[in-house]
Amino acid sequence: MAAPDPVETFRHESQELLEQLEQALLDLEHRQGDMELIDSAFRALHTIKGSGAMFGFDAVAAFTHHVENAFDEVRKGKLVASSELVALALAAKDQLRILLERPAEADAAAQAAILAGFHAIVQGGAAAPANVIAPAADGAAAQGWRISIRLARNAMAMGTNPLLLLDELRALGPARVTALADDVPPLEELDPTDCHIAWQVELGAPCTRAAVEEVFMFVIDEMTLELTPLGAAAPPPEATATAPPPTPAATPTAPTQATKSAPPGDSVRVPAGKLDELMDRVGELVIAQSRLRQVAGASHDVQLRAVAEEIERLSLELRDTTMGIRTVPIGQLFGRFRRLVHDLCRDLGKEVELVMQGEETELDKTVIERLNDPLVHLIRNALDHGLERPEERGEKPRRGRLLLSARHAGAQVRVSIREDGRGLDRARIRARAEERGLVAPEQVLTDQEVFQLIFEPGFSTAATVTNLSGRGVGMDVVKRTIEALRGSIEVSSTPGAGTDVTLCLPLTLAIIDGLLVRVGEGRYVIPLTAVEECVELDADAEAGGARCNFLNLRGSLIPFLRLNEVFGTPRDPEKLKKAVIVSAGDQRVGLVVDQVIGDHQTVIKSLSKLHADVEMFSGATILGDGSVALILDIAPLVAFGQAHEERLMTAA
Amino acid sequence: MSTPETAQTLRVVTIDLQGERFALETRHVREILDPGPTTLVPNAPAFLDRLINVRGRVVPLADLRLKLGLAPSDTTIDTRVIVLEVPLEDEAVTVAVLADKVHEVREIALVGMTQTPRFGLRCRPDYVRCIGQLGDDFVIVLDPGPIFAQGRAPDPVPATHS
Repeated sequence: MAAPDPVETFRHESQELLEQLEQALLDLEHRQGDMELIDSAFRALHTIKGSGAMFGFDAVAAFTHHVENAFDEVRKGKLVASSELVALALAAKDQLRILLERPAEADAAAQAAILAGFHAIVQGGAAAPANVIAPAADGAAAQGWRISIRLARNAMAMGTNPLLLLDELRALGPARVTALADDVPPLEELDPTDCHIAWQVELGAPCTRAAVEEVFMFVIDEMTLELTPLGAAAPPPEATATAPPPTPAATPTAPTQATKSAPPGDSVRVPAGKLDELMDRVGELVIAQSRLRQVAGASHDVQLRAVAEEIERLSLELRDTTMGIRTVPIGQLFGRFRRLVHDLCRDLGKEVELVMQGEETELDKTVIERLNDPLVHLIRNALDHGLERPEERGEKPRRGRLLLSARHAGAQVRVSIREDGRGLDRARIRARAEERGLVAPEQVLTDQEVFQLIFEPGFSTAATVTNLSGRGVGMDVVKRTIEALRGSIEVSSTPGAGTDVTLCLPLTLAIIDGLLVRVGEGRYVIPLTAVEECVELDADAEAGGARCNFLNLRGSLIPFLRLNEVFGTPRDPEKLKKAVIVSAGDQRVGLVVDQVIGDHQTVIKSLSKLHADVEMFSGATILGDGSVALILDIAPLVAFGQAHEERLMTAA
Repeated sequence: MSTPETAQTLRVVTIDLQGERFALETRHVREILDPGPTTLVPNAPAFLDRLINVRGRVVPLADLRLKLGLAPSDTTIDTRVIVLEVPLEDEAVTVAVLADKVHEVREIALVGMTQTPRFGLRCRPDYVRCIGQLGDDFVIVLDPGPIFAQGRAPDPVPATHS
């Protein structure tokens, strides 16, 4: 993609605007009359209309215009943001999305129904002349129009050329244009960049009001436009389409441009692909830098060392900055679920209060994008299976509570979905698992192990299959997606009090700090976050030939694994072995290596699909000398070690 | 997929594996490199147990000889690494293969395009894309897709597992 396609940019931007609109509408349901929300909705509509017309989405612009008008009435206090209006606006928002994405599929009848709804609301609610095109005047073409035009004073500075507008009017039919120079100030006060002249145009052509208004599409909100059908005696107030007069309109419009994007200050729109590229380059730089450090470390040249240190500092800063660019607040993602919850509650007949916490928690954009589907599944499940109907909730408040939260915990982000519903039925899950042969009847399972069963493919305890969930597809997809993100899922549940599903995710997918170790000929990277300490393995422990053994670490016994045996590589004659104590959750295990080389900035390169079945490695990295080192995946290793420990315990 | 079936020739790279001549279609070949340092992937299938660095990318290195029932051979001055783009489940996967020698890129005339003989081949018929004619000799054009699709499942060819 060479130059960004402006139409594509517009589509992207409108997606965000539509989301902003949706948020505002959903909030408006609870806080009717909140001017800030109404303004926000109005601004979103206004911008969609403006840029829509600019990029040739005329249908979008025309449709939005009517919705916007209704909100303008609300903004001016002539109309109340009733729940009907909000519902209608939500429908309009959906229609807009269709118009933007798949214009061919747009349902004209649905669109007309929405517009009719708006029209009814505006007609019914507005005592003052409605700023909507009266259908009579819209449909039936008048004999001609007397049009009086007064542009905003700064119209020309904003890029409007009045002559072009007049030419467009002339194109509609024979027009007689009279310039009204009443407002032109004396020459010494005249600012040549301001528009002082108003016009009166008599258009002698039978065209519709909409056709005339279309000419002023871009400027209609900042100008005064009066249309009087020719031949009519007095302009009936209903037929006067008065755009907001210049003074009040000019004031809210100016901040509109400034507050279009939520965070203040300048921002640049960059395709995510470019950021990925940048991250790759930074990754390569970090690798080259660690190579430089090695070279400089071996040299006695003071100057070289100084430069190497300087470059090290710079490249680490650059890495942090780049990672910062890629992270976005998770609130962006959470926001999308409000509509989902709203719609699901309506469909399921449930009353749910959605609470969000930690929306400002930042996470890699790639991770956020890929979290969408799993969270949708989990929320659907929570609403469909977890939360009861209002009448079934007993002593609990009628209104269920769904808590979406995110927080940082070390190098991880914990995203949790908690509801106060009926909780998981431990016995039923177990029975179902036995039925399907997933567990043996006599097997002892912890709660955590039982709850993990719900992530098995095709597993469902739902007695009835609804169109939302219960088919047993989804949860395994959730698990797969989270694992692909190097994350894990924790489930806790109390019968009658609800379920909490927590997704633990790494902060970034791109870079980790690692400990470089040597096992035989091979070099491996252990994620530093998992490393607790490194100890020397004394000769006694080393003497034991068993594959798994115990290490006495300040009084606690820790099982250790000899990595050369796990990997099936030849044993190194090196006598003095080191054990790297790693932890996953509350479990610890020692990994016996031949040498601890040092810490290493690691750019994670994912392993090829062809190696998908190789466990124990979460990825690979390229070392300073250009060779490849594998990154150990701690969780399977620890599980492996713990399994060994248990086997030894039972054997003893 | 393009349809070379209609064409009478195919553009291939000819290589040697244990003294036998094979060919790979040029549309799969991305580049040919000299062998460099490799990294062992413990517990991976024997024919696919190494990784190499291809311009900053970590790429698995396969030894096709093990897949074709041939004995492995030592690295010589002629050994080359061929980087391939293999279509696997709608996705192009980059993988490198070892060759004892790379000969040339050339057009070869096709024989038996419609029916690969089920007998007389050393290797499994689904690994063979077609048979081409090279002078007076025949050459097997390998189809990397099935070879690496197999590599993900347990390997049916008795390989020397560590």
